[in-house]
Amino acid sequence: MKTVITSSGDNLNSSFDLRFGRAAWFCFLNEETGETRFEVNEYAESQGGAGTKASEKMIENGVTKVISGDFGPKAKELLEKFNIQMVVLQAEENTISEVIAKLK
Amino acid sequence: MPRRKRLRKVVAPPGFKSFKPMGLNNKPTGEVDLLYEEYEAIKLADYDLLNHLEASKLMGISRATFARIYESARRKIAKALVERKEIKAVYGDVYFDRDWFICQSCMAKFTLPNREILLCPICKSENINSL
Repeated sequence: MKTVITSSGDNLNSSFDLRFGRAAWFCFLNEETGETRFEVNEYAESQGGAGTKASEKMIENGVTKVISGDFGPKAKELLEKFNIQMVVLQAEENTISEVIAKLK
Repeated sequence: MPRRKRLRKVVAPPGFKSFKPMGLNNKPTGEVDLLYEEYEAIKLADYDLLNHLEASKLMGISRATFARIYESARRKIAKALVERKEIKAVYGDVYFDRDWFICQSCMAKFTLPNREILLCPICKSENINSL
């Protein structure tokens, strides 16, 4: 099962990002093995359509669950359509590793 | 600039594309566009028999707005019946209600695309409520 956590940096000690489409980094987590991989969000600074682009990235990568602080209307629509679970966490002061710890 | 329209929440789109009058000598004399929110208003008020306040809360709009939508829906249907017009279902200013849930033990909000497993995705608690 592939899970994505929005992150503001490229390692486990960076803090959780509350935005989805404009999150700085995505942390891809394999929930069975606990492996993580960080990927930069190249659409974070784009003019528009960041949520759509980010959602497409999730779909391409076969992600089944996305954890973020909020989802925009376009992202919500797309993720819903592809049966990707959205999780909204109010955990701005947490780091990525703390969020992962919560999952267990 | 006018205030933007609040999207109306609709549980499900109508199960038809249109209703056509039958037994006319000639073709229907035109069509009326019944918006999804108008269909939903008729459904909530006259099929589910909710009062306007309850129905407006379900659709996420004010009672007055609900009454306005409901009235316009009734007028459109009456117009179609009397003038033998076709009733077409048209997408309006709506969004669809997909259930969001909240976990009572960790306060995470989430959707459940797979409805068989009713567990919080974060803390695996079963203590969840729909939002």
